[in-house]
Amino acid sequence: MRHPSAILSLRRQIERIGRRHRRSGGVLPFRIARIDARLPGGGLALGALHEVAGGGNGAIDGAAAALFAAGIAARTKGRVLWCVTQPDLFAPGLAQAGLAPERVIHVEAGDDRTVLACVEESLRHGGLGAVIGEVARLSMPASRRLQLAAEGSGTIGIALRRWRRQADAADFGQPTAARTRWRVSVLPSAPLPVPGLGRARWLVELIRVRAGESADFEVEACDATGRLALPSDLVHGSGAAEGRQRGVAG
Amino acid sequence: MPAEAPLALAGHEGSRRVLRAVDAAAHAAGLRLGMPVTRAQVLLPGLVLRDHDAAGDAAALERLALWALRSFAPVVAADPPDGIVIDSTGADHLHGGEEAMLAALTGRLTAAGLRARAAIADTRGAAHALARHAARPLFIAPPGHGASVLAPLPLEALRLPEALSTELRTLGFDRIGDLLAQPRAPLVLRFGAELGLRIEQASGERPEPFEPLRSPDPVEARRAFAEPIGAAETIARHIGRLVHRLCALLEERGLGARRLDLLCQRVDNRVVAVRIGTALPVRNAQRLTRLLCDRIETIDPGFGIEAMTLTATVAEPLAHRQAASTLIEEEVSDISDLVDTLANRVGGRAIYRVVPVASDVPERAVCRIPAMAPGTGTTWPGDWPRPVRLLPRPEPIETVALLPDHPPVSFTWRGVRRRVTRADGPERIFGEWWKRDAELAAVRDYFRVEDNAGERYWIYRAGDGEDVATGSHRWFLHGVFG
Repeated sequence: MRHPSAILSLRRQIERIGRRHRRSGGVLPFRIARIDARLPGGGLALGALHEVAGGGNGAIDGAAAALFAAGIAARTKGRVLWCVTQPDLFAPGLAQAGLAPERVIHVEAGDDRTVLACVEESLRHGGLGAVIGEVARLSMPASRRLQLAAEGSGTIGIALRRWRRQADAADFGQPTAARTRWRVSVLPSAPLPVPGLGRARWLVELIRVRAGESADFEVEACDATGRLALPSDLVHGSGAAEGRQRGVAG
Repeated sequence: MPAEAPLALAGHEGSRRVLRAVDAAAHAAGLRLGMPVTRAQVLLPGLVLRDHDAAGDAAALERLALWALRSFAPVVAADPPDGIVIDSTGADHLHGGEEAMLAALTGRLTAAGLRARAAIADTRGAAHALARHAARPLFIAPPGHGASVLAPLPLEALRLPEALSTELRTLGFDRIGDLLAQPRAPLVLRFGAELGLRIEQASGERPEPFEPLRSPDPVEARRAFAEPIGAAETIARHIGRLVHRLCALLEERGLGARRLDLLCQRVDNRVVAVRIGTALPVRNAQRLTRLLCDRIETIDPGFGIEAMTLTATVAEPLAHRQAASTLIEEEVSDISDLVDTLANRVGGRAIYRVVPVASDVPERAVCRIPAMAPGTGTTWPGDWPRPVRLLPRPEPIETVALLPDHPPVSFTWRGVRRRVTRADGPERIFGEWWKRDAELAAVRDYFRVEDNAGERYWIYRAGDGEDVATGSHRWFLHGVFG
């Protein structure tokens, strides 16, 4: 058996070669140890394309997926460009996931092709914190273009997959060049001792991640700063308990 | 002068005095343009007559054309006595398409108190005819329409001299279709070349170039070519040089361009135009060149371009600004160039930011502002959760619910029945009676409901559940929470 440090140094060398043309290798951590441990570098890679879709009905309305993406964008710095084909995004809802209205620039495009072109242009620009594009179809060449554009500028790109019909959602199995692929499905929330609704709960599946293994997490939805939290019945710690209390109040 | 009295303007035609303009009341009484004043006064004894100021009208029309040039399209000319002709090729993309542009144009004229009719067609002649004689005040002819859209219009739509159209009417030609059905050559032989010319211009068989209006005191750079140019790379190179010269001119005057028009004069005497817009005044040559070069593909050089003119149609003061130099001041990255690029691609109206409006009615709580406009720095009150997706219009749902103030036990939306496991509400939203009388008593009770799969919806009942005056008591689904 070879010495492990030799393999480690080889790996580093390969990484350095691959990173020569990239501007940043930084990451955006979720600040949840269980999720960050699964992601190479300890968080979502900046300067990369990530794919998010909803599960079940979420494939059509894309509501939970949009909030998940908004939470990520809220934790970046700078303006956020959100490119859509169906104009049903409600800004007050985004604001409650931490994405203040003055940070978001909305673009309404007629079709997927225009969305992809706008997202690519915005990723290339480099002055934005995050770029989110709602598309139904994302081919390998299109996703590779976006990935390269993101690599060149260090901006985080999110392809929010949203389909018109449930049957089209099978498209999500096709390979793309995105660095990670997520599926966000809603779960019933924890019952409260009084009538009312608690903080929403999601099943976040990390379906694919380059240089990592897939996993799934049960989390509580974004709070007003865009942070997820672990449900308190799954974890015992003061931080999570605090998150849960915030959820009840909200 | 009483406000309701019919009014007409009179002018001279030879030695006679004839009507030049009539208002709605006079038109209803049977008065028409060109009618002798004596006859009009017999028909309508209470008629108020004023002198027609032809020069004033022409000057006002010119001013209106100038306004259209600044805000809508690069190639505009006044079409006396009562029209403006606009070549919208290469400009409608800034307004989100032909239909949106036409609606914006007539909307702004209506807001200014002018009644306007407009049409878009392939040729100037057809657009002229459709704008004045089509049944709808806004008419967009499908591209490649040919002469068929003109067939049902009356003869006068062809811009013929009055004597000629009277003569044709006497012979039984009422509509343009009647003329089109006749062989062209005998018609021209009998009635003169003008008839043939007008028919050919309207159907697009003969081009009809016109001299575009120029803004007074323009900032422009012009270049004529010894040999006509046509290749995209050549055009791009010359655009670059023109932009450099224009930017030098702008700098001399301390201006930045908001609208830039590139007019390409083709060898066949047609003008092909490209217009770009910017969100903030710009005189960065690189950025402007890039925006113009993005649209080279829309320039059809035909047999070659012999001259190019680049004009800053709308220019605004642009002063030098100090960059952030202190350590505390955070440097905000400038994205106005990106906004311009996208706006020239998807239309200026499709790129926007939203600001909060103080209204509890959800669909009125947001207002779109231009992407580079200064924000208000405010946000919505966060005490009530709002969905991330708001349906464009609330969709009716079937519910099983206890009145007056219980959430539904189950509801059916888009054919799927969902059982409600948890709910929160009601959040009562009152109609804004100061906006519309109908909302005086209107009430909506919003509930957040969660079904057994965990999907969360925002539903409301129109009315308070007791008094029918407050609403129909029907249920609607308005949004989806994540």
